[in-house]
Amino acid sequence: MPAWTDERSEQAIGLLLRAGVMASVAMVAGGAVFYLIRHGGELPQYGAFRGEPEDLRSVGGIVAGSIHLRPRHLVQLGLLMLIAVPVARVAFSVYAFAAERDWTFVAITLVVLAILVASIAGLI
Amino acid sequence: MHIAEFSGVIFLISALAGFLGALTGLGGGVVITPVLTLMFGVDLRYAIGATLVSVIATSSGAAAAYVREGFSSIRIGMFLEIGTTVGAVFGAFLNTKVPVPALAVIFGMVLLYSAYLSAQPHHAGHTTEQPDPLAVTLKMNSSYPSPEGPQAYVVRRVKTGLGLMFVAGTVSGLLGIGSGALKVIAMDRAMRIPFKVSTTTSNFMIGVTAAASAGLYLYRGYIDPGLAMPVMLGALAGSLIGARILVGAEPRVLRMVFGVVVAVLAIEMIYSGLTGRI
Repeated sequence: MPAWTDERSEQAIGLLLRAGVMASVAMVAGGAVFYLIRHGGELPQYGAFRGEPEDLRSVGGIVAGSIHLRPRHLVQLGLLMLIAVPVARVAFSVYAFAAERDWTFVAITLVVLAILVASIAGLI
Repeated sequence: MHIAEFSGVIFLISALAGFLGALTGLGGGVVITPVLTLMFGVDLRYAIGATLVSVIATSSGAAAAYVREGFSSIRIGMFLEIGTTVGAVFGAFLNTKVPVPALAVIFGMVLLYSAYLSAQPHHAGHTTEQPDPLAVTLKMNSSYPSPEGPQAYVVRRVKTGLGLMFVAGTVSGLLGIGSGALKVIAMDRAMRIPFKVSTTTSNFMIGVTAAASAGLYLYRGYIDPGLAMPVMLGALAGSLIGARILVGAEPRVLRMVFGVVVAVLAIEMIYSGLTGRI
């Protein structure tokens, strides 16, 4: 029998959250250096809402821009990683509840995961 | 003000907000959005997008520390997240339908209410209400560590709690805040969960709730990397420092001062919304 308990999954989740936040902070901070070098002397324009350009609004566009080391895209990729942290936490809980053979909570967690994935994949 | 200078100032303000938010338990997000819009003329939608991202950072950062202490309940949290995530998606959808001045007024009113709630004492503790059979089925009743050994607790009114969580999620998705105060109310007062368990579990849930609306915000172009970057880095740094300093202390004076700041910002938001200056 696997010795999975709620306590053990909470320990693992703590580690997962820490690593995820650190990775995303590193990406945002790294992108920020490029961004400030390239755009630091420009004027901020947030007074009127225009919405972000298409390539900063989708996962595909953000990844494509990041490959070309575009500063805004790198920062946005870091933010995307941050949004993925709670999703990873929920995904891990599906596994942890399955290891505990608690099928009610596997189902509950899958519902939450489905809502998150649908939102981030742009399906809602 | 150039972008370099602007980013530095926003970073420092967000760090201060995150620091005070962690020390007082009110959360830093509630002040960052009004400061960005009222003092820096940032459009409310950009401000909401940036703040929402910072909420995920501070919640996940703090949860990483809390979770090891064994206060938060993953079962209570996960079950209630059905309510908060559905609410968050609904709230983010509503956000695009509500005119910006009306959004500012709602924001101000929620701020005022949060400040009022946080000034209230915790529930009395004992209750004659029967334990909820649903809580037994879902294995929600548990215990938390205390100096006198593990303290057992029983969860009540699970369905009411779930309903209130939907409301908390809607507010979170609509305004881009964590709405931790509303989550704690649902667990602390309706479900009668011990305060320490309520606050840490709420913190745990905030990140998941915010992630549910973050997807919609991203696709609608609310999340600007240049603005979200200093807000997120600042708020996270501030909240981690705040959490480190807060070792069982109850900073009453600080709580009151921060409560007054929140109330002033709330009234300014409502005024700006009503006069159409936002």
